[in-house]
Amino acid sequence: MAIGRNRWLPHVVLLIGVAIFAFPIYLAFVGSSHDASTIARGDMPLTIGPHLIENYQQALVSPVGMRVRATPALTMMRNSLYMALAIVVGKIAISLLSAFAVVFFEFPGRMFFFWMIFITLMLPVEVRMIPTYAVVSNLGMVDTFAGLTIPLIASATATLLFRQHFLTIPDELVDASQIDGAGAMRFFWSVLLPLSRNNVAALFVIMFIYGWNQYLWPLIVTTGRGRETIVIGIVRMIGTGEAQTDWQLIMAVAMLALVPPVAIIILMQRWFVKGLVDAEK
Amino acid sequence: MRRRTIFRNKLLPYLLLTPQLAITIIFFFYPAAQALYQSMLFEDPFGLRTQFVWFENFQTVLSSPLYLEAARVTLVFSVAVTLGAMAPALLLAVMADQVLRGATGYRTLIVWPYAIAPAVAAVLMLFIFHPTIGQIGQGLRALGVPWDYRIHGGQALFLVIFVSAWKQVSYNFLFFLAGLQSIPKTIVEAAAIDGASPTRRFWRVIFPLLSPTTFFLLVVNIIYAFFDTFGVIHAQTQGGPGRATTTLMYRLYRDGWVNLDLGGSSAQSVLLMAAVIGLTVIQFRYIERRVHY
Amino acid sequence: MRMRLFHRSLIAILAAILAFGTTANAQPVEVEFWHGFTGTLGELLEGYVAEFNESQTAYQVNPSYKGSYPDTMVAAIAAFRAGNAPHLVQMFEVGTATMMNAGGAIKPVYELFEETGVDVDMDIYIPAIAGYYSDADGRMLSMPFNSSTPIMWVNLDALRAAGLDPATTPLETWADVRTAAKAVVDAGAAPCGVSFAWPSWTQFENFSAWHDVPLATLENGMGGLGTELTINSPLHVAHLQMLIDMQAEGSFTYGGRTSAADPLFSSGECSMLVASSGLLARILRESTFEWSARYMPYHAEAEGAPQNSIIGGASLWVMQAPNRTVEEYRAVAEFFAFISSLEMAERWHLDTGYLPIRFGVYEKLEAEGYYVENPGRAVPYQQLTLNPPTENSRGLRLGNMPEIRDIIYEEIELAFQGQKTAQQALDSAVERGNVVLRNFQRTYE
Repeated sequence: MAIGRNRWLPHVVLLIGVAIFAFPIYLAFVGSSHDASTIARGDMPLTIGPHLIENYQQALVSPVGMRVRATPALTMMRNSLYMALAIVVGKIAISLLSAFAVVFFEFPGRMFFFWMIFITLMLPVEVRMIPTYAVVSNLGMVDTFAGLTIPLIASATATLLFRQHFLTIPDELVDASQIDGAGAMRFFWSVLLPLSRNNVAALFVIMFIYGWNQYLWPLIVTTGRGRETIVIGIVRMIGTGEAQTDWQLIMAVAMLALVPPVAIIILMQRWFVKGLVDAEK
Repeated sequence: MRRRTIFRNKLLPYLLLTPQLAITIIFFFYPAAQALYQSMLFEDPFGLRTQFVWFENFQTVLSSPLYLEAARVTLVFSVAVTLGAMAPALLLAVMADQVLRGATGYRTLIVWPYAIAPAVAAVLMLFIFHPTIGQIGQGLRALGVPWDYRIHGGQALFLVIFVSAWKQVSYNFLFFLAGLQSIPKTIVEAAAIDGASPTRRFWRVIFPLLSPTTFFLLVVNIIYAFFDTFGVIHAQTQGGPGRATTTLMYRLYRDGWVNLDLGGSSAQSVLLMAAVIGLTVIQFRYIERRVHY
Repeated sequence: MRMRLFHRSLIAILAAILAFGTTANAQPVEVEFWHGFTGTLGELLEGYVAEFNESQTAYQVNPSYKGSYPDTMVAAIAAFRAGNAPHLVQMFEVGTATMMNAGGAIKPVYELFEETGVDVDMDIYIPAIAGYYSDADGRMLSMPFNSSTPIMWVNLDALRAAGLDPATTPLETWADVRTAAKAVVDAGAAPCGVSFAWPSWTQFENFSAWHDVPLATLENGMGGLGTELTINSPLHVAHLQMLIDMQAEGSFTYGGRTSAADPLFSSGECSMLVASSGLLARILRESTFEWSARYMPYHAEAEGAPQNSIIGGASLWVMQAPNRTVEEYRAVAEFFAFISSLEMAERWHLDTGYLPIRFGVYEKLEAEGYYVENPGRAVPYQQLTLNPPTENSRGLRLGNMPEIRDIIYEEIELAFQGQKTAQQALDSAVERGNVVLRNFQRTYE
């Protein structure tokens, strides 16, 4: 067999690939374990330095260095977490409801509404940033949690995924619950929702990462001190990217910014892969 | 597609749709309509004086050499990011598909960069590629490369492409791997019995079978390169040096947000929307086709 | 348009209800104050505001940080469009023309004082500052606050290491600076001879004022919206060409846009840096060498040099909103009266290193011997007031100035990369800048 001949080739290629992914993260981790002057002199070795714990303590509680004055990473992580959770819960909730309406009811305008939702796939927040900001500003929601999250909640992807899933639910189940005399909402809660657990888990992973990693929208909507998310906070910390800044703190905050979403992907890999591949189908 | 069994209720479905429709209308359709309207206005930042100018803003934007330059940068950037993110992903997926044991382990080791925000990846890479303190930056200089992305436009463009592609490989890898694993083994074995070499087998048999996945990823990666990479450029180069990394998206942000040119930036928004709609229509037509075969 | 009218009327009704509610109570009149100071400066500013709030009970100023200067400006404009502009906003100097032309959006401070009857003398400000923020009739439009000016910072240890005696080595002209920078680099005393921060502000805006040549026609835009850039004059081109030549010989290093070059001096990388006088605090904190502050260098062949430098920094603008009451404006005026006192101006200068903006502060401190003990602090003021301002050195008023600065950055970067000659780069900057100016003009005519 051909495969037998090249038994080691795939492993070698894959390991090189893994190394290319892991190496930058390793260097960042090393960077978060030295002091500012070692890094600024360009003398950083490839091994972990002696300031690991103190750097992370400082980053979490009070990331104030010689040239950096940032919001504590704990606060920023909490902001990111709340934002991500609000987006996830909001997206899943409204998409479940609208997919339920579109699949299990017959009513005038059904397809029209479905298309209205579908078409939002074509309007990423980036291209409608300025008018959306104007709307949020008119509603007095600039620099508020609602202004940060609500415009990101509508999701065609989640609605489409739930719709696909609902279409596979056997008619017998619906009949059965109608015979039981259960109303529509009862059916939704006690039959549909439990059957959608896997899809909810899959979407949770994808949407959590989407939410945690949001950039442009929080950048323009949050201005208050202490309200920025960690992704925004870290970019504000580097400023103009000079050599003489507190890189050890920046790298510690960067590690803190990437740990939660990476952990979720690794721990919930099964749902993540399923969700990703299903959602894009 | 339609279900046989349907709940009968006049009001309830509308109530169920209300939250999503409300958000969609307030934060999608109304702003999009506003952008369309604004793109035909000539206005001061405060909105005190407004003239309706029809398509003049589009004319100005499209005839501006700077906009065309940004379009060219976007083209180079998107093609490079797409290729740079897809080719290694395909290679890794083919290799992972051949590994009989440990494929899941490798998958775990390769998927996680998907979770890193583009802006955070940009900050990490800035640290590594920094000309005076970064490990790779120093290494390049030691080799005699005059590495300083803050001065050399080509290097800056390379850096933002590299970071954007680096982060996207894992996403493509997952889809390629799923695609490869869905190809029936019998087809591959039949080709092997015919005596075709592994390389030939791949290009003649496997790659064509992967084409739906490849095509889908092509569209997704182009959209990624258009929009999601804004964080990388904003954090690393701010569109410079010169205009070397000013893409259409970055130009839109700058004109609208920093230069407060509302009419011109709205016209740019509308043009970008048209581009996304075009891409999505292509993608949707393809989905339709795939549903049928 | 109709939507906006609808919003406005809705807000007006709400505001009327709210106003009724507030007058019924004896609550202090509140003033929203948006500013762009983070870190130490932000703490200081908010400390002053707290002092004002404690000094009386009728008014309360609520400061809030809204991001960098451009972010603050955008936020204030967006808020105005939504009908809820802050009362007071700190705006950087290049936003001056945009604000000044924003008719119904702002309330000029001279009008504010007239209407509220609060007595603040506007003649206390030194001409270089008053001129920048006044209209053609000399009436003050915004409240001067934090001002700085570019000077040249010199690393004396680096000069000595290159065999130059700081006491006798001339550093007045660019030719002097070039010779010294070359000597420093050749001797290996520092990797970079000379650089500058804020390229447009130091090398074009201040360069023009310092050499008494126009940056733009019509008195740098003060005389009308029809202004056109003149930065492709022989002197400007020769200056850029000299920088390109110096880059080639290694004596000059381009340090990037905005403040990116600031750390190059305190880290010892560049032996000389033309940068803001506001860099002082950082240099005091970080430098490990002996340094001195000098005037910006000039070209000896230019007739008018040295003239006087111009300011940067920010001023405070009063904004209008549909529901503003006279009491609110009075609160703003009282706050201005508080921060413009001689005592506050002196404290601000001492605490932050920003320029003493009103008469009396510099003289008082000089008499006390303060500047003998703190040599770096006198140079910016002396340079700013070296000569009475001419029409080329009073200031500038160009619309969409942030965009013009970006154009200048881009074009000189292309020249430093060797993709354009000095003449081509500056011709193109003028051409593109004029398009921006025409758009601005068209918006307001």
